[in-house]
Amino acid sequence: MSTKSKIDALAATAGKIGDDPGVSVAAAAWRRLRRNPVFLTGAVIITAFIVLAILAPFIAPHDPTDPMLGDQVVKARNQIPESQEGHPLGGDQVGRDLLSRLLVGSQQTLLVGVLATLIGLTGGLILGTLAGALGGWVDSLVMRAVDVMLSIPGLLLAVSIGALFAQPNIYTLIVAVATVQIPIFARLLRGSMLAQRHSDHVLAARALGVKQRAIVFRHMLPNSLGPVIVQSTLVLAISIIEAAGLSFLGLGNPDDRIPEWGQMLGRAQNVIDSHPQLAFWPAGCIIVVALGFTLMGESLREALDPKSRR
Amino acid sequence: MALLEVRDLRVVFQRKGEVPFTAVDGVDFDVEPGQTVGLVGESGCGKSVTAMSIMGLLPKRGNKVTGSAKFEDTELLTLSDRQMRDRRGRDLAMVFQDPLSSLNPVIPIGLQVTEVLERHRDMSRRKAMVEAADLLDRVGIPDPRRRLDEYPHQLSGGMRQRALIAIALACQPRLLIADEPTTALDVTIQAQILALLAELVRDSGTALIMITHDLGVVAGLCDEVNVLYGGRVVERGGRHDLFQVPRHPYTYGLLQSIPRLDAPKGERLSPIRGSVQDNIPWTSGCAFAPRCPNATDTCVEVTPEMVPDGAGSVRGERLLRCHNPVAQEVPA
Ligand SMILES: Nc1ncnc2c1ncn2[C@@H]1O[C@H](COP(=O)(O)OP(=O)(O)OP(=O)(O)O)[C@@H](O)[C@H]1O
Ligand SMILES: [Mg+2]
Repeated sequence: MSTKSKIDALAATAGKIGDDPGVSVAAAAWRRLRRNPVFLTGAVIITAFIVLAILAPFIAPHDPTDPMLGDQVVKARNQIPESQEGHPLGGDQVGRDLLSRLLVGSQQTLLVGVLATLIGLTGGLILGTLAGALGGWVDSLVMRAVDVMLSIPGLLLAVSIGALFAQPNIYTLIVAVATVQIPIFARLLRGSMLAQRHSDHVLAARALGVKQRAIVFRHMLPNSLGPVIVQSTLVLAISIIEAAGLSFLGLGNPDDRIPEWGQMLGRAQNVIDSHPQLAFWPAGCIIVVALGFTLMGESLREALDPKSRR
Repeated sequence: MALLEVRDLRVVFQRKGEVPFTAVDGVDFDVEPGQTVGLVGESGCGKSVTAMSIMGLLPKRGNKVTGSAKFEDTELLTLSDRQMRDRRGRDLAMVFQDPLSSLNPVIPIGLQVTEVLERHRDMSRRKAMVEAADLLDRVGIPDPRRRLDEYPHQLSGGMRQRALIAIALACQPRLLIADEPTTALDVTIQAQILALLAELVRDSGTALIMITHDLGVVAGLCDEVNVLYGGRVVERGGRHDLFQVPRHPYTYGLLQSIPRLDAPKGERLSPIRGSVQDNIPWTSGCAFAPRCPNATDTCVEVTPEMVPDGAGSVRGERLLRCHNPVAQEVPA
């Protein structure tokens, strides 16, 4: 499925009334989710990840910026501290404790994921609401721009945007990743708003003479948010991967004192033959966290989608 | 003077590249203040579209509404969007078929009632809440205070429709349009809702347009009945006249196709043969002719006009659009 048709399929699930009588959509979805092993797996991973990220500074065994094993590093021979007493994963290229760096690195990943998703979401909400609520030429204009952006592969677009900044840092990285998500959210929201526009309860509200603004913000928007929430969960995964990708390509923070998984992975390129663990651990972390969000997002989508209900 | 005067109302749907479709083809009817008027006809005959065009709720694009719908002294069809919005919910209100999907699923019932009070009666939220509880009480919702905080899915189907009726009548409109308000409900609940509607409109003097394909509903509720076929009124009369002496073969057919408990055992229902698809346009004869047992050559050649008809006890005006009406004796 193309990105567009995927977005539109998700948008079509907006505001569907629960099929069990006496149960709201949210309650019905939750009942299905609670017993879904896929969702539970994702939820456990993500909960663990968030707890670790918050507690990282306290549970990290060492200072992640301190090259305490520096004397074991011999640059010329690519010698890097191996696993040893007090440093179960060994050290990195300059002798900093790898485990501590991984733990503290989760904070950056969480920051990137959450901020990029929030920015993408906000931008998409504004554009999508404008297009869905106003229709007409505003809609055409916004959607034309959105479709152009969607036709460019996401990572390529993010790389291009990231490369625009003279001094890359974690925030330019976030902006680049977030920008790619804006058109996705916009199209998604517009799609579900359009479905809402022709819904019975919006018609009923119009029949009461409710003002346009209240129709949009009280009757259409809140009922269009289901797909957006699902997409946000998926975008958390996407933005973590894309941010790692950009970091890997050197579009992240050039200063490597603050650990960040994508950047750690990027720096491991040169030594991957002799010390694969330097790539393995950050890559593994990225994959597991992204997988967690994806599992959650996909099962959430399934739970809210009336077509996939059994 | 009539409260609502609909004249030659015509709604044509036209999408780009498609043949125009005339859903309402010159409908005339009046509603007197406080009167209950039925719009009856089978699915697709244009009942909802008639109501929606009067309310100004049809989509902006893709259709053309002509004719006139005068409410008191205002021509509704030419009002601006804003003027129409100010009247909807205040002067005229509407109740729809499906009570669950007509309520906003994410907003508590209370807010959905106060919304219209705040909009049209300039009430503060707090005052409106008190009024809302009162309104819910009046439509027979038990424990209204608690219900105010509940969401639509927590109410039963009948309760929801009661809530919607409360919302529609919150600003004491002079005209209420109910579009098959009981179709989505259980039979026992249907009767309760109809009784409630009848009581409310009687007590408040609200005029009611009752849209339905159920003649039983009409029989119990309406002062005057308009039978619609193919987007036109084919017969109009007082409830008793129409039921006792149906003159149009279509009305007659509709009455014959109601299952009756008192019918002799083994008697078959006689549904009207054919379906709306067999319609011919009104411009080239009578649209019902292809399905009509009384059809003659005249019927497919000359479009029948709406003419006064003297049948029945004649309590008030009776109109008929038919070349070969059913004989005047009481049907068996
Ligand atoms: N927005 C629209 N665009 C095109 N055609 C429409 C539209 N709305 C209604 N129609 C057509 O107009 C005709 C009349 O529809 P309407 O909804 O008024 O029927 P109805 O008498 O209310 O029937 P029912 O008892 O099924 O509600 C139908 O054939 C329908 O397909
Ligand atoms: Mg209808």
